[in-house]
Amino acid sequence: MVTKNTKTSEQTTALDDCADWTFELLGQYQTEIARVAEHYRLSTYTNQIEVITTEQMMDAYASIGMPIGYSHWTFGKKFIQTEQTYKRGQMGLAYEIVINSDPCISYLMEENTMPMQALVMAHACYGHNSFFKGNYLFKSWTDASSIIDYLLFSKNYIAQCEQKHGISEVEATLDACHALMNHGVDRYKRPQKISLDEELKRQEERAEYLQSQVNALWRTVPDMKKEKNIKQYLFPSEPQENILYFIEKNAPLLKSWQREIVRIVRKISQYFYPQKQTQVMNEGWACFWHYTILNHLYDEGLVTDKFMLEFLHSHTNVVAQPEYNSKFYSGINPYALGFNMFIDIRRICEHPTEEDKQYFPDIAGSNWLDTLHFAMENFKDESFISQYLSPKLIRDFKLFHIHDDAKDNFVEIGAIHNEQGYQQVRHKLANQYNLSNLEVNIQIIDANIDGDRALTLRYIPYHDIELGNSKTEVLKHLHYLWQFDVKIVQEQAGGEDKIIAQCPEPNIQK
Amino acid sequence: MANFIDRRLNSKNKSTVNRQRFLRRYKNQIKKSVADAINQRGVTDIESGENIVIPKKDLSEPIFHQGEGGVRDKVHPGNDQFITGDRINKPPKQQGQGSGQGDASNSGEGEDDFTFSISKEEYLNLLFEDLELPNLEKNQLDKLIEYKTVRSGFCAEGVPANIDIVKSLQGSIARRIAMTSSKRKCLKECQQALEKLQQDKHDHVQEERELTVQINDLKKRIAKVPFIDTFDLRFRNFAKQAVPTSKAVMFCLMDVSGSMDQATKEMAKRFYILLYLFLSRTYKNIDVVYIRHHTQAKEVDEHEFFYSQETGGTIASSALELMDEIITERYNDSQWNIYGAQASDGDNWADDSPHCKSILINKILPKTRYFSYIEITQRAHQTLWQHYHNVSQTHANFAIRHIKEVADIYPVFRELFKKNTKNAA
Repeated sequence: MVTKNTKTSEQTTALDDCADWTFELLGQYQTEIARVAEHYRLSTYTNQIEVITTEQMMDAYASIGMPIGYSHWTFGKKFIQTEQTYKRGQMGLAYEIVINSDPCISYLMEENTMPMQALVMAHACYGHNSFFKGNYLFKSWTDASSIIDYLLFSKNYIAQCEQKHGISEVEATLDACHALMNHGVDRYKRPQKISLDEELKRQEERAEYLQSQVNALWRTVPDMKKEKNIKQYLFPSEPQENILYFIEKNAPLLKSWQREIVRIVRKISQYFYPQKQTQVMNEGWACFWHYTILNHLYDEGLVTDKFMLEFLHSHTNVVAQPEYNSKFYSGINPYALGFNMFIDIRRICEHPTEEDKQYFPDIAGSNWLDTLHFAMENFKDESFISQYLSPKLIRDFKLFHIHDDAKDNFVEIGAIHNEQGYQQVRHKLANQYNLSNLEVNIQIIDANIDGDRALTLRYIPYHDIELGNSKTEVLKHLHYLWQFDVKIVQEQAGGEDKIIAQCPEPNIQK
Repeated sequence: MANFIDRRLNSKNKSTVNRQRFLRRYKNQIKKSVADAINQRGVTDIESGENIVIPKKDLSEPIFHQGEGGVRDKVHPGNDQFITGDRINKPPKQQGQGSGQGDASNSGEGEDDFTFSISKEEYLNLLFEDLELPNLEKNQLDKLIEYKTVRSGFCAEGVPANIDIVKSLQGSIARRIAMTSSKRKCLKECQQALEKLQQDKHDHVQEERELTVQINDLKKRIAKVPFIDTFDLRFRNFAKQAVPTSKAVMFCLMDVSGSMDQATKEMAKRFYILLYLFLSRTYKNIDVVYIRHHTQAKEVDEHEFFYSQETGGTIASSALELMDEIITERYNDSQWNIYGAQASDGDNWADDSPHCKSILINKILPKTRYFSYIEITQRAHQTLWQHYHNVSQTHANFAIRHIKEVADIYPVFRELFKKNTKNAA
């Protein structure tokens, strides 16, 4: 498509700014937004923009943004919850939902006014879309072109399983997998891409192969007894953090269709993994671009003052950051932090101060567009903040750090927005977005395949934080999949392991 | 670069399946909530759905998450008063949490209830799952008394109001084609011959004249075939079809003598509510007749039925007689499905009980679909129960049950109407 990147002066008739949108008008705005996006070198997947109703938006909410989802009661529960809170007016619905797929699907609500639709298109179809295509996490963890096919495959596969094996069994398996969903990702190893053709081709083969491998675990080999004294055989040889993967490959009694379901949940978990780690960046990037693109259109005279006022009203609502003592405060708003950071990076490039030159010698005064693209492509929230959070922004946000030790009966202010505090605030804020600090660290350390096949997991606390109360419940689910004893141990001060949860519960109660 | 798709017209209720899965999964909790909710209703209130309340912890999906204790570092915006090194005392409540024992497993979770609405259909389905109306099949065939007029094709005779114009004109066209085909064929031949002669170099005056006369004659004869004939007329035909009646009447009989207190009446009320809701699943129109009695019976409205107090002895047969009178007067048993439900604490004048039995057997049971008697009492059974018990042995459409407390009502109701596979066979 060949478009001129700048409009000549005689063409500047403003686009219609009436509140009601039409498909024709959506098309006109889309064309202009696409032109400006290209001007700023935003590379995107093809956009598929779908207009939906409120109810369909609640559907999308319930299925955690998957356009095609398998049937499960938890989605029904989420739908009812969303519907309830929405009907009571406790919650507004998002203006859009965008899906990391190729073509990139964005849902626009039919209730939005025309300026809102333009905002949403710039935000989702060019902001988020280019982030999905450009960021290294998405590039290496997800395959946008095949996700829709894979979701369709999983929906059909699970429906088939329900017909063959009954709804209750499939539901129990899915429940168990959902409980462990956060532990279905290889954090340190980059995964292979999901390809539908490959999946289908190899699925049968894999099912048979796995079953045969598992049977091998059962085989009684007479020689084993002699060897046992010589060597304490430990399986797995290294601790496994990907619990679902370990179950899929090694659970002795799982049926092959159950293994496939474990795999499906694992793959979907992996698909969402980058989104969890890039919330600030992703939203910040999208906000930055809807702001920049629409202002660009305004400068060209393509949108009216009326349009801009409505747009700015919505925009400021989205990127507002209430202060810690406000009744609206619920933590740091990722939209606000991300948006301001990208704006700030642009400022550092275009109008650096002495302080910026000292803190960011490599980007101060550089080409802002190059720098911004580089930042978007190569970071996640944690590294992005520790790399780019400037002292000016810390001052603007008046950030301060609170140190809370459960052993003390007070909390301490660790650092504030001053010269001595900048580094520490930045460091602590970055840590706040480090997923490995937020999610619990649990690894499989022993499966005891020569003995009673009891599965042992180790909880490694972060900053002495205990494992939450739900551990026993989750363990029941793990027991359902493993089907032999499971327990979690935690290293005590003395160095020995203490069992903190197990399933089934031992008969002798304290 | 972009495709627009209008999804608004796509099928709605995409998550209906998931909703059904949810209801299925929590059936036990929901059923309990439904059974509780029955107490809050008026007898004839069936239009509304119901709010279902499930404790939130039953719904939670557990995942591993971080618990209490340890060291936490948080960054907040909007510092307005703090400098590095400031210490702020924790509120005492938090202190307690820090030293919490591992045993206090569920107390940390929010105990809010999860409330949502189910539709009327879902409500009734849950309430009456696995229940069926007794004796429905057996009686239905000999009670086909209402007729409905239905279309049944076309016929050649009828009243002008029923003429079907399209069918009639189709007949007309067909008849005209059939009656003129040979003449038109002839006409065509003559016209062709005439044309041939006219184009010929030589004159054929005589022949041309003859042909012209023939053509005119044929044209006249074709024109003479009438446009429409009585033979063409088709009339819409109607037939009468018997349909099972969808009307039902429910008789609520209750003892209001001094021995019945308000609590007992409340229990009876719940039983009537259940019966009404249950009947409303099958019948479109339901009349409810309230008959209360002590020594005399009287037809009253709902409010008076449940909330007015009378004193005096008890003669149950008076109510049964009144019921029989009302049936004869207003509810012809060939047009109405009649259901009766009698509630009492078992007190009755001893000499009256055999009389009750004979009225039931001779007058009421032959006309009713089902008659149920519930006795709400903590005491031993008296004569009425014994006589009724005999009746229930011999009559399939009569049932008696004993209710001691509120919790018995729903189980007893289910027992009365549960699907009986043996009888059906």
